[in-house]
Amino acid sequence: MPPYLPQTADDQQVMLETIGFQSVEQLFEDIPAEHRYPELNLPQAASELEILDELYGMALKNSTTGCFATFIGAGAYNHFVPSAVPYLAGRGEFVTAYTPYQPEVSQGTLQAIFEYQSMVAELTGMEVVNASHYDGATSMAEAAIMSINVSRGKRRKIVVSPSVHPQYRQVLRTYLPGEQVEITGDEDLSTGLDDLKAMLDENTACLIVQNPDFFGQLLEVDDLAETVHESGALLVVVANPIHSLGLFKPPGDYGADIVVAEGQPLGAGLNFGGPYLGIFASNMKYVRQMPGRLVGETVDTEGKRGYVLTLSPREQHIRREKATSNICTNQGLVALIAGMYLAYLGKSGIKEVAELCYHRAHYAAKEIDKLENYKVISPGPFFNEFVVQCPQPVEEINKILLEKGILGGYDLESDYSEAKNQMLVCVTELNDRAQIDKLVTVLSEIA
Amino acid sequence: MRKQLEALIFELSSPGRKAFTLPGLDVPETDLPESYTRDQPNLPEVSELDFVRHYTHLSQMNFSIDTVFYPLGSCTMKYNPKVNERAASIEGLTHVHPLQPEATVQGSLELMYKLQEALKEISGFSAISLQPAAGAHGEFAGVLIMRAYHESRGDEKRTKILIPDSAHGTNPASSAMSGFSVVEIPSDERGNVDLEALKQECDSTVVGLMLTNPNTLGLFEEQVLEVCETIHACGGLVYGDGANLNALLGITKPADQGIDVMHFNLHKTFTTPHGGGGPGCGPVGVTEELAPFLPGPYSINEGDTYRLDMPEKSIGRLKSFCGNYGMFIRAYTYIRMMGPDGLRSVAENAVLNANYLKAKVSPFFPVAVDRTCMHEFVSHGDVPGTDVIALDVAKRLLDYGHHSPTNYFPLIVHDALMIEPTETESKETLDNFAEALEKIHQEAHEEPELLHSAPHITPVYRLDEATAARKPVLCYKG
Repeated sequence: MPPYLPQTADDQQVMLETIGFQSVEQLFEDIPAEHRYPELNLPQAASELEILDELYGMALKNSTTGCFATFIGAGAYNHFVPSAVPYLAGRGEFVTAYTPYQPEVSQGTLQAIFEYQSMVAELTGMEVVNASHYDGATSMAEAAIMSINVSRGKRRKIVVSPSVHPQYRQVLRTYLPGEQVEITGDEDLSTGLDDLKAMLDENTACLIVQNPDFFGQLLEVDDLAETVHESGALLVVVANPIHSLGLFKPPGDYGADIVVAEGQPLGAGLNFGGPYLGIFASNMKYVRQMPGRLVGETVDTEGKRGYVLTLSPREQHIRREKATSNICTNQGLVALIAGMYLAYLGKSGIKEVAELCYHRAHYAAKEIDKLENYKVISPGPFFNEFVVQCPQPVEEINKILLEKGILGGYDLESDYSEAKNQMLVCVTELNDRAQIDKLVTVLSEIA
Repeated sequence: MRKQLEALIFELSSPGRKAFTLPGLDVPETDLPESYTRDQPNLPEVSELDFVRHYTHLSQMNFSIDTVFYPLGSCTMKYNPKVNERAASIEGLTHVHPLQPEATVQGSLELMYKLQEALKEISGFSAISLQPAAGAHGEFAGVLIMRAYHESRGDEKRTKILIPDSAHGTNPASSAMSGFSVVEIPSDERGNVDLEALKQECDSTVVGLMLTNPNTLGLFEEQVLEVCETIHACGGLVYGDGANLNALLGITKPADQGIDVMHFNLHKTFTTPHGGGGPGCGPVGVTEELAPFLPGPYSINEGDTYRLDMPEKSIGRLKSFCGNYGMFIRAYTYIRMMGPDGLRSVAENAVLNANYLKAKVSPFFPVAVDRTCMHEFVSHGDVPGTDVIALDVAKRLLDYGHHSPTNYFPLIVHDALMIEPTETESKETLDNFAEALEKIHQEAHEEPELLHSAPHITPVYRLDEATAARKPVLCYKG
């Protein structure tokens, strides 16, 4: 008998008799006979221990961040996850529940998501946070769609900075194909904030910037929102890496209308790219145009506080083709994890982790910049990622680093042809001084 | 289930308390650029024990598959094997950065490749992309693929997508996101797509049809071959919504029926847990003709090595990196555990369980269309002769320790209760559930107030959703 199936032969017999059938095959007579019971050419079933062995074998073919000093970020960040977080997030009552459609038996999930919304609102400086999107990139694409919807479809130009994560801009173009919407601003890496401001016009739905940007730079945002709002457009800020908000001004403070971010660094682990967490925040003014699920507070028939999914007339199961988005299943458990991570670190912890990232990254940048053939070319203040001009192609350098137990930084040339021999280096609280010193030493030997 | 309410984490906070520990600073400090810094965010301050009790209490306020029967129609709430969780936490697979050099992630790419191959074999499609993160995301991919296909042929007058009236709301929403108009096709009295109505809409402006099969009434489309032929004859494509694939594993391959593109729900059919609202995973499969348009990247193999590749005319990236990788590991583990015969038994027992439960339940709550069902069936949940409606029955079931079926969907059935038992439930559980429904039916006549005021065993009674929407409180204000 295959695993997980409790029906004994006797059970099946009784059940068939109850429904008046002779055989199980008879249940499938609505299916065209010529396409019934095809051959299924898959490996035969194996036992649990054999399958785990197979997977351990695959795992051995990977080089992991557990064994290598890791200096790669570029949208996915290697942070420490406190033990209590996965322990609690792994509880079956959270893991094996569905979307909380029956609120009376889903208060655990609903309250946890309400708390997540509240903590991320604090972190981003915004008024409303939804219950999640698939990842930072899809959040950003949905933010662009929402901006168009806020203009009632009249504004159909999206201005996006070239220093927004390259994959995010690719996803934006997948989400908005064809000629219905013009996506511009990111054709040339030299396009700065002032150039982007000059592109805003009466047809612009939003300006999208990333802060810190893909190269790690903190933007000068003083009059940015004002300029964007003067043109009647919305300001969308991609707040990556999210830990920067432990130290630096949140987008809500400088006038952002929509804030999106990759929530993966908040306890989700790297997992070769997913599941991650799309953070999506805005203000009450726009709440009815927001995509995604929202948890709200209410009371029960006796006046006791409780939580429900709310404002659902925005959503596909009610509005069908008129919905603000098609999203249904989101990344609920990862949002729960991010809420746990923020609660665990708390007010001082999020700042202290960010400080550790900041100081170690700046130490690394100074030490690398001292090397004869390397130069840190990040022009302004940065958080924990910076760009190094290297003497050789980054791919070559990374091969040598790997032999020395180091996963080197991201090769910027793979996205920007002008960024020849430029490495984006990321430093987090998991890179101690010994790791950084080793990186510097190995780099000096390569030059 | 915990009956007592739990304070918000903010209300447990006390200044100066903390749970975390961090290493000390081992490098010289660098001045912070002051004009960029912020005031501390007002996050809670709790001890680790406060933290652990808080989330443990919250978990005890949930129903889940691990604790109760969860017959939520169209959601395939089957048992989530624990080996999946162990597999998905193997450090050699989790501690991997998505932008590492391909030579350093050969194991991860091998698993992706093997999962793609397994899904091809199960569905009959020629190519698979694992990238979409959920069912609706896979649907969106499918509609974009249909769009790209027609555009590549210079066939640009196609603007409408046909969708049966029994479809999930995500179908029309995904179509609209892709810039197409939606035409709803009625169902006939046997619960199938109304073929005559379909034919009337078939012309040179049809992008395609979005077909859920088995459909949301739990019925196999009896004329599926003709439906697909009709669409193909007018130059359109057929999109298969794979939400209900559980009924068909090893029984029939969707591609053989004439489906051109379909998404899978790994979080339904292939036992990756639903997580209280995700993460899901919605891979998309296509015929050979549509393979160049798949989203990417996907994993390909060249001799002994694997690498990521973008299909030639790809619709592009649908999200960053490769997809919800943790779900790939779980689904792969499940497929290997079951093998071909096990997967076939899954479908057989899912359908047997549903038909058995239908026979037990229908004397009290009659089914909307009385045919042999597949993995689920839809009953009318009201009780004629009383003022009890489906919502009351759904809420009262909670008191009996069962999660409610999906209610008020599909929209074409009044007072719908959509019941999907799945294959992992025993005959005893089904009998128990049917008995509860029989008792509730009796209560509806004798003590209807018990139903109107249900549920009673839960931490809160029925919640005021109207006020929640009218005066939204969406975060803690202190």
